[in-house]
Amino acid sequence: MEYTNHKNYIIDGAGRRWFLKQSSALVGMLALPPLIGQAGTAPASSVPPGLPMKRAITLRINRKAYRIEVEPRETLLDVLRERLDLIGSKKGCDHGQCGACTVHIDGRTANACLLLAVMQQDRDITTIEGLAPSPDRLHPLQTAFVEHDGLQCGFCTPGQIMSGVAVLREGHAGSTAQIKEWMSGNICRCGAYSGIVDAIEAVQKGGRQV
Amino acid sequence: MKSFDYVAVTKPADAVRLMEPQFRFIAGGTNLVDLMKYEIERPDRLIDISRLPLDRIETTDAGIRIGALARNSDVAADPAITRQFPLLAEALLAGASPQLRNMATMGGNLMQRTRCYYFYDATQPCNKREPGSGCGAIGGFNRIHAILGTSEGAAKTQCIATNPSDMNVALSALDAIVQVTGPKGTRAIPVIDFHRLPGDTPERDTVLEANELITGLDLPKPAIPGKSYYLKVRDRASYAFAVVSVATRLAVENGRIQDVRIALGGVAHKPWRIVEVEKNMVGKAATEETFRAAAQQLVAGAKPHEHNAFKVQLAQSAIVRALQTVATS
Repeated sequence: MEYTNHKNYIIDGAGRRWFLKQSSALVGMLALPPLIGQAGTAPASSVPPGLPMKRAITLRINRKAYRIEVEPRETLLDVLRERLDLIGSKKGCDHGQCGACTVHIDGRTANACLLLAVMQQDRDITTIEGLAPSPDRLHPLQTAFVEHDGLQCGFCTPGQIMSGVAVLREGHAGSTAQIKEWMSGNICRCGAYSGIVDAIEAVQKGGRQV
Repeated sequence: MKSFDYVAVTKPADAVRLMEPQFRFIAGGTNLVDLMKYEIERPDRLIDISRLPLDRIETTDAGIRIGALARNSDVAADPAITRQFPLLAEALLAGASPQLRNMATMGGNLMQRTRCYYFYDATQPCNKREPGSGCGAIGGFNRIHAILGTSEGAAKTQCIATNPSDMNVALSALDAIVQVTGPKGTRAIPVIDFHRLPGDTPERDTVLEANELITGLDLPKPAIPGKSYYLKVRDRASYAFAVVSVATRLAVENGRIQDVRIALGGVAHKPWRIVEVEKNMVGKAATEETFRAAAQQLVAGAKPHEHNAFKVQLAQSAIVRALQTVATS
C-alpha cells in the first residue's frame, strides 16, 4: 500500500500546512477493521440500503451560518477543519482526551472531536477564530498568553484559550489550584502550564469582562 | 468510523418505537462516539435523543428527580443538588474534564461502558468486546482492574474490567432509582441493581434491554439525614479514572451510627456495596475500629491479580479515611 504517494497530499495556500487529501480509495483502506479478533465474526456493514448518506445542515459558527452537506459520521472538528477551513481548532488525540479541539457550544466548552456535526444545528458554535472582538484586536486572554508565554509550540493553544475563557467566565479562576483543576481537560506536551495559569490569573486580576 | 444512518426524535415514545438491536441512542456521545471511532461500537443507525424534553432537575415530595438528559455539569452546579445531595455533585466534579461534563448526560453516564484497555484494543482477546474470545487482562497488565465480583466461570466468560463512572458510585450510596421506558411501559430500577457483575455474560454492563430508554433518575430523601463524602484515589491530581473511590453517607448520634452507606468504585464491574455490612454497623460506635472492621468485610471476597493486589489494602484504607472524614466533619 502506498501511503506516501504525493498524489494523496496537497499543500494549502499558506504553503506551510500539509494535510491528507481524502481520496476515497485511501480512506477505504484505512477504515478496514483489524483482522485479528474480527475475522469471520464481523457482520457485514448493514446500513439500510437506499438511504441518503449526506444531510444538508446549517451550522452557526462564529456568528455566521454555513450551509453544508455532511455524512452523519462527520465530527464537528473534521467539518471545521476539512470543509470550512476553520483550522484553529486542532486535532490532537481525536478521542476527547487532550482538549486541543475545544470549542464553545452555546457558551460551554466541548470537545469538537466527539461531536457529530449533524447534531449541532441550532447551536451557537464559537471557535478560536470567533473569539477576538475584531480582526485587528485580540481577546484579552489571547494577549495574556502572548505576554506570559502561555505556549511553546502552540498546537494546544487554541483549546487552552477556549477553556481558559470559560474558566474566567464561569468563575473558576479564584485560585491557582482552581484554575489547574478546571483546565485539566487541556494537555500541553511542551509543559507551558505555568505560563497558561499566569495568563488566566492575569486576566482574572485585570477584572475585565471576557 | 463505519457509516451509519441518523434520525433525530422529539418524543421518548418515538425513540423507543424506532429502536432496534443494531441501533444506538445518542445524546452527549462522549463514550459512544469514541467507541465508534475504534469500531468497537458499529451501529447501523443512531437515534438522536439529545433534544428530548428530559433535562429538568425537579424537587419532588420524595426527593429530587433528574432528567436523563440533564448535563453532568448542570447537575453538579444545581443548588438543590449541592444542598441536598452534595455527594453526587462531588462525584460528578471528580469525573472526566469540564468539556466532557458539559457534553455528558446523566443517562449517558449510567450507560458508559464498563471497560479496560483490553476492551479498546482489537488485537487483544476480550470477552466483553468479542464474547468467548478470552480475557487479555488476566495474565496481562492488570493494575487498574477489578478485585471483587469478577466472573469465576470458564476463560470464555471471564472479565475483570471496572466501571469507571464516579457518578455511579455516588448514586449507589444514595439509593438512586433509574426510571426507564420501553415497549412494555415504564419500570423503576434501583441503581444498585442497574449495573451488573460480569457473570457468564460480561458483554452486558447493565440490566437495561436494548429497546429501553432511561428517562430519569430519582434521588430519594434519606430517612435519617447525615453527612457524606466522596474520596477518589487516582494516579494524578485530576482527570483520571479512580484507582479506588469511596462514596459514603453516615449519620451519627451520640457517637453511635444511625445509618450508613458505603459504595466503592474502581474495584468491580459495578459500584460495590454490601448492604449487610452497612446494616451491621448500625448501633455501633462511630470509631476507627468499627470502620476498619466494615472495610475488611467489604473486601473479604477479594481475588486480586498480579498487579492489583495493592487495591485490597488501598480500598480498606480509603473506606476508613472516608468514614472518619464524615464522622469528624
